[in-house]
Amino acid sequence: MRFFEFEARKIVELAGIPVTKYGFCTTPEEARAAAEEIGGPVVIKSQVLTGGRMKAGGVKFADTPEEAAEHAEAILRLEINGHMPRGVLVDPKAEVKQEYYAGVVWDGTAKRPLMLFSDMGGIDIEEVARTHPDHVGRGHVSNLFPIPDFEAKQAIATTGVTGSQLNRATPVLARLARLFRENDMTLAEINPLAELTDGSFVALDAHMEMENEAVGRQKKLLRKELRIAEDDDREPYEHSKFEEAVAAIDAADHRGVIQGKDHGFTGNLGLVIGAGGGSLTLTDAVRSQGGKPANYSEIGGNPSVAKACGLAKEVLEKDGVEKIAVMMSIVSNTRVDIVARGVIKACLELGKDPGETIAIFRIPGAWEDEGFKILARYGVEYCDRSVSMWEAAGRAVAKIQGEGAAA
Amino acid sequence: MSILLTKETTFIVQGITGREAVNLTRECLDYGSKIVGGVTPGRKGREVHGVPVFDTVAQAVEHHGAPIDGSVVTVPPAFTKDAVFEAILNGIKLVVVVTERIPRGDVAQMVELADMNGARIIGPNCLGLIVPEVCKMGGIGGPAKDAAKAYAPGPVGVMSRSGGMTTEISSSLTQSGLGVSTAVSIGGDAIIGSTYAELMPYFEADEQTKAIVIYTEPGGRMEAQLAEWVKDNNSRLPIVAFMAGKFMDDEEMKGMSFGHAGTIVEGKEDTATEKIARLEAAGIRVVERIDEIPTVVKEKLGVLA
Amino acid sequence: MPQDKVFIDVEVDASIANDATVAAKLEEVCPVDIFKNADGHVEIVDANVDECVLCKLCLEAAPTGTVHVRKLYDGTELS
Repeated sequence: MRFFEFEARKIVELAGIPVTKYGFCTTPEEARAAAEEIGGPVVIKSQVLTGGRMKAGGVKFADTPEEAAEHAEAILRLEINGHMPRGVLVDPKAEVKQEYYAGVVWDGTAKRPLMLFSDMGGIDIEEVARTHPDHVGRGHVSNLFPIPDFEAKQAIATTGVTGSQLNRATPVLARLARLFRENDMTLAEINPLAELTDGSFVALDAHMEMENEAVGRQKKLLRKELRIAEDDDREPYEHSKFEEAVAAIDAADHRGVIQGKDHGFTGNLGLVIGAGGGSLTLTDAVRSQGGKPANYSEIGGNPSVAKACGLAKEVLEKDGVEKIAVMMSIVSNTRVDIVARGVIKACLELGKDPGETIAIFRIPGAWEDEGFKILARYGVEYCDRSVSMWEAAGRAVAKIQGEGAAA
Repeated sequence: MSILLTKETTFIVQGITGREAVNLTRECLDYGSKIVGGVTPGRKGREVHGVPVFDTVAQAVEHHGAPIDGSVVTVPPAFTKDAVFEAILNGIKLVVVVTERIPRGDVAQMVELADMNGARIIGPNCLGLIVPEVCKMGGIGGPAKDAAKAYAPGPVGVMSRSGGMTTEISSSLTQSGLGVSTAVSIGGDAIIGSTYAELMPYFEADEQTKAIVIYTEPGGRMEAQLAEWVKDNNSRLPIVAFMAGKFMDDEEMKGMSFGHAGTIVEGKEDTATEKIARLEAAGIRVVERIDEIPTVVKEKLGVLA
Repeated sequence: MPQDKVFIDVEVDASIANDATVAAKLEEVCPVDIFKNADGHVEIVDANVDECVLCKLCLEAAPTGTVHVRKLYDGTELS
């Protein structure tokens, strides 16, 4: 789950890391008031869940509250990469002496959180790591034991930072590591972490992401502190009608699991496929052999006939879908005969001939003999495990293309 | 020979009274595995397919009268960490975590505790592991007769981030006459107990294993870690890899995960294209088609097709 | 148009159709809710018939030969 900058700032603040006196505003009037309260030059920043807002004109500076209101009005109406802003953040234009970077990410190889620190803040950390590796300090922390300050100090000191800067930056990085762990973040970064002309350190911008699997147990932070609504899921794109319909069918029946996605898919071959790894393999196999999938899907956990039927129907009713391919890796829990009944029923209920509509049925495994009897009865081409997933996908592609050529 | 399991391996099932766990217990018993107990808090005194159920792991160990080798954990995500801690701190050295949707922080804690206690975790979000005709620990391969069809003993070690694809690939190796030494469903999450590189030393030490097949996906760095391991260790084992989810490299798919939670791409190095390049640079053959696997393994083994 | 009983047909003999004990038992054993105990009568829920998993629990729950489960796709009856 991604956070807007104004929320990330709040998270940082809650962890005891100093921030500037900022205001989150949704109207020009609020922005004017915020600028008045700050008193002095301000910066107005668009609150969008996408990068490149600086380039797009989503960040502007103002010397007076009137100017702040004007900029806020423009930014509030500015769409960036297809996203309308949630609001604007009004922030004092800080007197910065030096910019630093402080971040914490997962190191999946070490299986521990990794603290990162750089005295070259304000730019992309991956860029710094590539061009100035000696300016990036690193340090792992334990998952089980309290995180001591000295581990942050060690990571910072390797970049050559010393003196009062080291002593001011140390608690910031240590607190960031603690908040990362306590709040189930997958990314917590402060960039830039600014040293102001008075020597104090403040977080000028922050970026946080929380693991989706942990959202349920972070209710206190999400609902109470940040007041994020339950249905505000912040997916990278909006769900299509197809995706919502499949999700609704899945939710209506506890037997088995189905998923459907069609973001980025525009082809004519509907895919009724499974399970996790099988679906990835099959989608590639269709595309590599020149096929154009209309969607992605996953069947798993032994769904009911109604659920398999529901998924197949939704796929068949998508614009431009001419045929469906029903394919899975070898199943041991999901039943071949139940899926066969479901997809054939979908064809019948839509007034289509299963033998014509189902380009190929390749699901080997549990109850396959029973399934194959059903498929044979309806004239559907099917195959067992002696036909590979690649070959089955190829047959489906050949069928749909053969038809296109004939027409 | 085999890795991690033998005919004598004993294990328990934590969460044994759950629907999936009951099936898994039946399947493993039918396959010949030694399940010496089950744990579901509050259900002490029951039996599941003849396996006694206890409230705690300590009770199961006491009843068995000797250390228990392993545990299959299949409890809801919110309780998994505690169950795994309980297993490890009661002396269990091999923990298979079936549960999916566990937050990474919890998994990392389990792994750290396992490391401190000389225990190994397989998973989470996995189907376990199987040594053909010897032992099956977890739902891998399904009912015993289905598992027998897909898994025959042979020289190939299999590691896969997808449980279903572990069986699909093993079945193709079995059909081709090669067979499998040990197959491990390592799990589909971003952080898992045992990565390819961490299991390689076991296969390296196993005389039966002559080649390795891995199934891999976008997301994470464990392929890069394997490539490093191969370069550093001068392994005797040829590795054949299959990469699924190449379509996820498309611009429109950015920020999405498909199939498994671990396929979320969080950096440039996590893409399918980048991983294939890394594996190949380490001398690992990456096949384009899933059905090329047996042929290429035979080539590597010098067996005539 | 939803279609029912495409793959499976289920019938019970008249001899048990009004047997309250059998009706209750059938409702209890069927994992996919094909049977309903309607005030002591056996009612077949048409919408669920195609969900039949061929488990035979209904055959065991009623007197031998009184419940008929037919697989319409191959014309055989479950026994």
